[in-house]
Amino acid sequence: MELGTQKNTTDMKKIKSDGTTYLNPYLGGVILGTVLLLAFYISGRGLGASGAVKNTVAATVNTIAPEHVEHNAYYCQFAGNGKEPMSNWLVYEVLGVLAGAFISGIVFNRLKFKVEHSPKITSRRRLLFALGGGLLFGFGTQLARGCTSGAALSGMAVLSLGGYITMIAIFGTAFIAAWIFRKNWI
Amino acid sequence: MWDNIFAVLIGMGFGFALEASGFSSSRKIIGTFFGYDFVVVKVFFTAAIVASMGLLYLSYFGLVDYSQLYIQPTFLTGAIVGGVIMGIGFSMGGFCPGTSLCAAAVGKLDGIVFLGGMFIGVFLFSESFPLWEKMYDSGSQGSKMINDAFGISPELFTFILVLAAVSMFYGASWVQKKVKKVEY
Repeated sequence: MELGTQKNTTDMKKIKSDGTTYLNPYLGGVILGTVLLLAFYISGRGLGASGAVKNTVAATVNTIAPEHVEHNAYYCQFAGNGKEPMSNWLVYEVLGVLAGAFISGIVFNRLKFKVEHSPKITSRRRLLFALGGGLLFGFGTQLARGCTSGAALSGMAVLSLGGYITMIAIFGTAFIAAWIFRKNWI
Repeated sequence: MWDNIFAVLIGMGFGFALEASGFSSSRKIIGTFFGYDFVVVKVFFTAAIVASMGLLYLSYFGLVDYSQLYIQPTFLTGAIVGGVIMGIGFSMGGFCPGTSLCAAAVGKLDGIVFLGGMFIGVFLFSESFPLWEKMYDSGSQGSKMINDAFGISPELFTFILVLAAVSMFYGASWVQKKVKKVEY
């Protein structure tokens, strides 16, 4: 049994309980780090995700109520007055993320409509917490001017102090909060 | 135009790497906090050291100039308070923006709902901005780099980061062996 465990940890791929194959996480990390490096080298900036959400919200509100955007000190930084929030590097990058993940889903046979949740809770409870969690997370990204990809990961790549602080705040808090929400997970 | 094409290609690499590593699964992601799956620690810190070392090397060879790169600006209050709020959202929802995109792309309904929740959260922040404006703008340090905060060179800091990351990787394997098995 000991030998069996050791062999598994050196395999390039690993089988998770759902029967699909995942890359060795260190290989995944090297690929991700290389993509991140390329992003900086080619475009002078790192990866991101929450910025595209912000731009989409600003653009949508601007389409529905442009005068409101003009008078809102937050929206007007990103939309209105000839600004084109959707014609933005991050928005294109996020479209790429969706496509890349989709392709990976095809390759590793993970395309499936499902609500992934602990067997100890219902789908409904999982979805309610996903909604609430997303709401809080979205709110937080605006205050911190980024998320785990943009502020934390990309920030760390360029040794940004703010990036490191946000990374520690997110993961430090999540460790404590996960314990509070443990009934949903284990 | 090429800017946008590269953006899509880079995004595709990002999304593929994330999903292939398992980040479309909220139960895999949350595993770090319960000790049964440290994929987040391994992928995140490997990527961070590869990218930060890579940039230092490129800069050394004159291929990259840090003053031309976008460095996440430091706003102390927002970085901390926003990070704490994100941390709570993370453990409630089991995702972050990038991973929820990957989850949504492969059909995870919880990922799609998390994404929807984020749009609402961003909207609420924007609409109530006057309440947060002062907090949002406070504690500005500009594009400060962390090694400067400690008064050491970027190379030394990165070296220490590599040591810390490798220790975490060994620690993670050790914890994972000791923890009660979770079916996920």
